[in-house]
Amino acid sequence: MDGSDEELAAAAADGNREAFAALLTRHYDRLFAFAFRLMGARDQAEDLTQDICAALPGKLRGFRGDARFTTWLYRVAVNAAHDRRRRRATRAKAADGWGDWEVNRQAAMRETREGLDWLTQAMQALPDDLRDTVALILGEEMKQAEAAAVLDVSEGTIAWRMSEVKKRLKALLEKEAEA
Amino acid sequence: MSDEFDLEKLADALKSATPAPDAEKKADNIAAAMKNFDARQENVAEARPTSETTQTGAFFKGVARMFNAMTSRAAMATTTALVAVGFTFYVVYPQLETNRGLNLPTPETTINRPEPAPRPDGTLKTTDGEAAQNGRVVLAEEAEADAVSDIAGGLVTLAPQAEMLVAPSTGIAPASPSRSVAPVDGYAIVADQAMPAEPDTEAFANEETNPLKITGEEPVSTFSIDVDTAAYSVVRSSLMRGYLPPKDAVRIEEMVNYFPYAYPAPEGVHPFQPTVTVTGTPWNAGTNLVHIAIQGELPALEDRPPLNLVFLIDTSGSMESANKLPLLKQSFRLMLAELRPEDQVSIVTYAGSAGQVLEPTNASERSTIMAALNRLSAGGSTAGQEGLQQAYAVAEDMAEEGEVSRIILATDGDFNVGIYDPDALKDYISDKRDSGVYLSVLGFGRGNLDDATMQALAQNGNGTASYIDTLSEAQKVLVDQLSGALFPIANDVKIQVEFNPAQIAEYRLIGYETRALAREDFNNDAVDAGEIGAGHSVTAIYEITPVGSDAIMSDALRYQAPAQGSGSDELGFLKLRYKNPGEDTSTLIEVPILPGMGEANTDTSFATAIAGFGQLLRDQKYLGDWGYGDAIALANANKGEDNFGYRAEAVTLMRLADTLSQE
Repeated sequence: MDGSDEELAAAAADGNREAFAALLTRHYDRLFAFAFRLMGARDQAEDLTQDICAALPGKLRGFRGDARFTTWLYRVAVNAAHDRRRRRATRAKAADGWGDWEVNRQAAMRETREGLDWLTQAMQALPDDLRDTVALILGEEMKQAEAAAVLDVSEGTIAWRMSEVKKRLKALLEKEAEA
Repeated sequence: MSDEFDLEKLADALKSATPAPDAEKKADNIAAAMKNFDARQENVAEARPTSETTQTGAFFKGVARMFNAMTSRAAMATTTALVAVGFTFYVVYPQLETNRGLNLPTPETTINRPEPAPRPDGTLKTTDGEAAQNGRVVLAEEAEADAVSDIAGGLVTLAPQAEMLVAPSTGIAPASPSRSVAPVDGYAIVADQAMPAEPDTEAFANEETNPLKITGEEPVSTFSIDVDTAAYSVVRSSLMRGYLPPKDAVRIEEMVNYFPYAYPAPEGVHPFQPTVTVTGTPWNAGTNLVHIAIQGELPALEDRPPLNLVFLIDTSGSMESANKLPLLKQSFRLMLAELRPEDQVSIVTYAGSAGQVLEPTNASERSTIMAALNRLSAGGSTAGQEGLQQAYAVAEDMAEEGEVSRIILATDGDFNVGIYDPDALKDYISDKRDSGVYLSVLGFGRGNLDDATMQALAQNGNGTASYIDTLSEAQKVLVDQLSGALFPIANDVKIQVEFNPAQIAEYRLIGYETRALAREDFNNDAVDAGEIGAGHSVTAIYEITPVGSDAIMSDALRYQAPAQGSGSDELGFLKLRYKNPGEDTSTLIEVPILPGMGEANTDTSFATAIAGFGQLLRDQKYLGDWGYGDAIALANANKGEDNFGYRAEAVTLMRLADTLSQE
């Protein structure tokens, strides 16, 4: 089925099955790749993609047509990733709270560091919002304005986050050099 | 090693590491999506005669709405209520009154909100050059009379909510259409005549004192409760500085509700108890007052759920003065003592030093929290970055089952919280409200105070807006009444009264101008309204004129049959709707209003004295020759226990106002 993403999305929101199928097929690969870049691991990316696909029919009604469909889809993906991470965090969160959870997480990371390549390390060293930004800017090659639209923050925030990413990764490299 | 981390290397690695999707999983996922899609169509096929997508999409884009969202106090009333008021004056937008029902063709105009200009205390401010060219000069809320006289030409709009002026280049000016252009209180109010006839709700007519209603024509009165108290503090702050407050700053219901009353506590299933008292009117022998008191239950304090508090603190340069950031620190110190060890506190700042300055910390670690508070310093530009989003993210991270999460935004009026479009801001907060995080706003200092935005944010965030002018006010809001401020017991509380035309000829609601709801909104659970916190009491007062009274102001109509009642001797019928926190469906409470119901006591009489005081400050037209002296006498006679001294303070303010009004 032909038509722009936005036309298909509008038709799908009105119940057009064919339009929905075409839209999803068109964007599935891109979605999966993005999910991988958000989560940093294949199994988690699979799970996330599955979540998004299952929820998409319901979400589609919230697509307002005021943004590009891909922008909206990325936003859905980022939100789904947040939800996943939050659930994971809640499960892992010991009774003593976030602080201990973070300490444990760092310890576990150190132990398994041997087995991870530097990319995974680098991505895991970043807090979630920075990682989302990296996935959009570097992974999807978005402009700052586009990434800002997806993440619902200002362009200035994106710029600031990218400089923060540089800073943190540099610190990480230096730490490794010392070790 | 290079100084700069090479982002390109990361980008390449990121892309090359991305695996191709598994074909089988892909097929499965798409199939699952199609299945959900089909299931959904069956569910919604009948339930969705119109496209909801269009509705929600269009709703928040309406230019009219955009204004309604933030410029007018009426708009702030509740997400939707406001328009009900506008509705009284212009029957132009018949569909405006429901939250989701707006379905207008709307231009996709983006309104650029000009940056608020820095304003020294109490002086004239022009918000931007363009506005001035447009013949509109905006006077800060508390600008004094001498400042006014400096303005040649008299093109002055007295606007406490001047913050939201819109650049004229957008072609939309927030001005009042052909309505009263009369000088009010020595301030000239000039409407922008270039306005199209749009139901603009920013203008003051909307906030004019509730007019007398004729029961035969309009027997039903609907409004949302209001537990804010900011107006009283603003009135006090003005009087203490030796000025009568601007009339628009006086919201009578907020003054009445400022005081704690010992109304009968709820018994039975409902979280609050309405009590109706019918008494004589001190300022009019021919009318009666219907005093509706609502008392919220006060759950045992030890049973209260753990609390997650995120302080979102404005640290822009204007917060430097002693009655702002330093007072805020002292206030929070008072509050910390009230928290329990399992409560958690986090601090996020915006403007100047941005970001989370205190990770979620147990309230027992008092010194850690105080140290973080004390490190806060005002300064820097207002380059606030997503302060509000960050606060909500922190609050959501802290939230666990059964806990109450609340963001407390403290500011002197700089709402540069990271979202610039007022509409998007309101939208964002409303969305977050549904996620269960409450938002309260504490205002500090005068001169920059953006009362309108404060109200809009708090009301959309299901929270309260308070104005902290002294440490004792902080004590009241953050210590004495902390549990009410922090623990909601009922959401979206609406009141509807139907008067019986056979008994009541005329009525008027005293105050609640900004909280009016459309009649049909009462039963619409999608329409937002006010919240009641633990132990809160809320008072609403109607002045009613019985049939046959010589105080009836309007003549009978010549060509209409006189109103027919059912013959019942009920004066009216009171209905309340509320939702339990976290629920979407409302519960109904009904109480008939009978003649001579209840007995006046010090609480009802004191509330009446304050309602009279508010009217004296705002609009005396229904008071006859009843004056400050009468208000003082009535309040003095009904101070009751007054453990905290609030009522004594009110009498002091009345005396000040009495003197000032004679100048």
